[in-house]
Amino acid sequence: MDRVKNWFSSDSSRGLTLIGLPFGFSLLLLAAPMLLIFFLGFWTQDYLVLDRSFSLDNYIEAWTEPMYRDLMLRSLGISAAVTLATVMLAYPMAYFISFHGGNRKALWLFLVTIPFWTSYLLRVFLWKVILGYNGVLNSALDWLGVIEEPLTFILYNANAVIITLTHAWAPFAILPIYVALEKIDRSYLEAARDLGDGPLKSFLRITLPLSMTGVVGAALIIFIPTIGDYVTPKLVGGKDGLMIANMIQVQFMKANNAPLGASLAVSAMGIVSMISLVFLALNRRWLRKRGS
Amino acid sequence: MTEKLKTDSKKTIVELNGVVKHFGEIVALDGVSAQIREGEFFSLLGPSGCGKTTLLRLIAGFEQPSKGNITIDGFQMHGVEANERPTNMVFQSYAIFPHLNVEENVGYGLKRLNLGKDETARRVDEMLNLVDLDNYNKRPAHALSGGQRQRVALARSLIMKPKVLLLDEPLSSLDKNLREQMQVELRHLQRNVGITFIFVTHDQEEALTMSDRTAVMFDGQIVQIATPQEIYSRPKSKRVASFIGVMNFIEGQLLKDGDQNTTVDAGILGNVKVNPDQMPIPLNSGPVTIGIRPEMLTLLFEDQDRTEFEISAVILESAYFGDMTYYTVQVTGLKSPLTISMRNTAGRRVLEDGESARVGWGAESLVILNKSEL
Amino acid sequence: MNSNKNTLKVFAYSYLIFLYAPVLLLPIFAFNDSTIISFPLNSFTFKWFAGLTQETYLQESLKNSLFVAISTSILSTCLGILASRASARYEFFGKKSILSFLILPLFLPEIIIGVALLVVLMQLGLPLSLWTVILGHTLVCTPFSIAILNSAFANMDMSLEEASLDLGETRFGTFKRVILPMVSPGLISSLLIGFTISLDEFIIAFFLTGTETTLPVYIWGQLRFPAKLPGVMALGFLMLLLSLILLLLVEFFRRRMNRTTDGQADVQFGNLFKT
Repeated sequence: MDRVKNWFSSDSSRGLTLIGLPFGFSLLLLAAPMLLIFFLGFWTQDYLVLDRSFSLDNYIEAWTEPMYRDLMLRSLGISAAVTLATVMLAYPMAYFISFHGGNRKALWLFLVTIPFWTSYLLRVFLWKVILGYNGVLNSALDWLGVIEEPLTFILYNANAVIITLTHAWAPFAILPIYVALEKIDRSYLEAARDLGDGPLKSFLRITLPLSMTGVVGAALIIFIPTIGDYVTPKLVGGKDGLMIANMIQVQFMKANNAPLGASLAVSAMGIVSMISLVFLALNRRWLRKRGS
Repeated sequence: MTEKLKTDSKKTIVELNGVVKHFGEIVALDGVSAQIREGEFFSLLGPSGCGKTTLLRLIAGFEQPSKGNITIDGFQMHGVEANERPTNMVFQSYAIFPHLNVEENVGYGLKRLNLGKDETARRVDEMLNLVDLDNYNKRPAHALSGGQRQRVALARSLIMKPKVLLLDEPLSSLDKNLREQMQVELRHLQRNVGITFIFVTHDQEEALTMSDRTAVMFDGQIVQIATPQEIYSRPKSKRVASFIGVMNFIEGQLLKDGDQNTTVDAGILGNVKVNPDQMPIPLNSGPVTIGIRPEMLTLLFEDQDRTEFEISAVILESAYFGDMTYYTVQVTGLKSPLTISMRNTAGRRVLEDGESARVGWGAESLVILNKSEL
Repeated sequence: MNSNKNTLKVFAYSYLIFLYAPVLLLPIFAFNDSTIISFPLNSFTFKWFAGLTQETYLQESLKNSLFVAISTSILSTCLGILASRASARYEFFGKKSILSFLILPLFLPEIIIGVALLVVLMQLGLPLSLWTVILGHTLVCTPFSIAILNSAFANMDMSLEEASLDLGETRFGTFKRVILPMVSPGLISSLLIGFTISLDEFIIAFFLTGTETTLPVYIWGQLRFPAKLPGVMALGFLMLLLSLILLLLVEFFRRRMNRTTDGQADVQFGNLFKT
């Protein structure tokens, strides 16, 4: 009896009691739905009737039907392109703020985040305004005399999606990379210079590897959710820029084929997780090889 | 508040009985027993890691013993939470609540007693007066110096009228002058208030100056409990002896002749007759270590200076400290050099390196200790 | 070396223009007297802002959004307090797994969360309403709350807690009188982040609202109608201004709170930007 009483006032029981509520909440609202989605992929739906017998039909369709395959590949391609573009543009910016920001680092960071205090929907819409046939970019280029005909390859396709998302994810890349860069002890760089490395070399050999955690973090923050983006492809993607999330929504709503939608969703998540794990493993190896 | 409890009252206020504490694999306390008397200034002294803070926390109730028990004022503390015990603690970092001002800090524990605004304010003022912080009531916590924080911590605990006040190295973060001043003040405060203080420190000077009794701890055990004088002049082991102050050690042989006559053969220093009380732990005939404090050895300057025993030596080094000079001397026939401290009284010169000198001492200066460690 | 720095500088400023490009259009077209969102510009006007006051549906959506956002921020912060406190202070069986699971929503695309919740609610036969949106948003905001509060709790000096207990206070009293005040900057950060995320969240709201819409869902509906667009511009601009004011308030409080929390305000608000 004493042991029971002891346990109740022990750290362990107190910790579990506290975390019980949030954990229970998550179990109900996250675990249960996720499991349901997972199983849903193995059922079939005919109009409004749900058939719960086990079937691989939906997964087979999701993976073999060209339309879905192409859509999945395109979504992965767009996510990869967005991740690459965002990180590559964000890195020099983060570097600039960290190494050349002086006393105004906080101000720069503040300035970088302000544009993103507007509604995401509006920002996507405004890109549509910018990239459109009669949009801001074309009007400006025409007025400057740079072009005669409005550019059409920049809207209602994958390019527009990539441009828009590269903008939208910018601060999510700048901040982690900035934090990682800030952590680098500047005396390492001074030591490298002292030992004869030029600015480019000391960057490649010291700064870049040491900031990799920030880069990897940024890449994952961007890559994983971008697969599931719905708004941007819908508003600026036209026909050729639609992504898997749009199809998932269609299956759940108009097409009344929730199981197919579920199989698409689970497949997408599976592929993304797999890619992320491979990416992390490769990165760890690369860092180890460089001896950092 | 001005009631003084007699410190020679023999009532035990805290009793520790075979207290053991494990943290996973680590044994922090390995069977600690002691009786702390009401009204005394009791210190726990030992090097870092010896378990003294762990023991204090067990008395306070922040941890429960793995084995054994603790009794406070006759009541068993097993299973009693920290907030139910008649103890209060002054933390090493003082733990002053940063979002409250001085009077809110000091009156923190009174809130649950629902005394009403006036009575609470009265008691807070009384406490602030006691620790010399009158009119600091509205001062915010972040505007206090280290010494002031300490006083607030004291006031905050004492206002609760605990049976025992526990202090966890409260002076270690203060600079030297302030520390010495606070040592005196704490001592006076304790006398004034009459509450039992249990004081943890690793500074032996501190323990000796302030305590009525000290418990020396090594490796989770209490090795000796005694008054400062006793610990200093009659340490129970070599380890205690060298932890408190400096001690010269000489190898020797103990020759017992019945219970009355005890002689120790101190090699080159000769055969010396000693009293039984010069052996803190009873020992049998055989090899022993003889200890002698540096101030018990003296350098004889004038020809006519005489002590009970004397021997010739050569000065190796001297260190001048203003009021004292510490000499390292090599005695012919002794392997290790001896340390001698001499007061720099008027007219006394400092001997030079290489000079020969005569070293004198008395038989009752020796302490006979067990040859093996601890 | 200098030329490197200069190219970098040019890049930085160009990139900044890129970042501000869409946002700068907001005030331009919000004050532009034309229903068409393109150049060249017409005259300056306030009429689109005035027009907002007539849109009852907009105002209702705004009210709904505020209700959802406030509820979400409070709920997610409460759950975050419980989880962070448990994580920072106690060790218990399965701790790592449970915490990883709680943070999981951060790594899932919102569409999957939205769709999954929708399916569950349909299966259970529960009606969609603002409350279902609140549940979805809370699920998504709690990980942020945990991330912010975890370091706040972890950085707290444990001896302050012990001192409070030592002085006779109960555990709950200690939580109320000592712990909460000490983590208050983190609490405010968490409330603000939850509020902001919920206010702007579209996808989950899109899937889970019933007849009462939130602001983003309303805006989505408006985007099809060219005539409504300038009004949307005006609305967007107002929201931007409000966000800026809110941010300045946060900065003001952060400075004030630094002293009373022993320097923790800087750390706890700093986490606002790291998330």
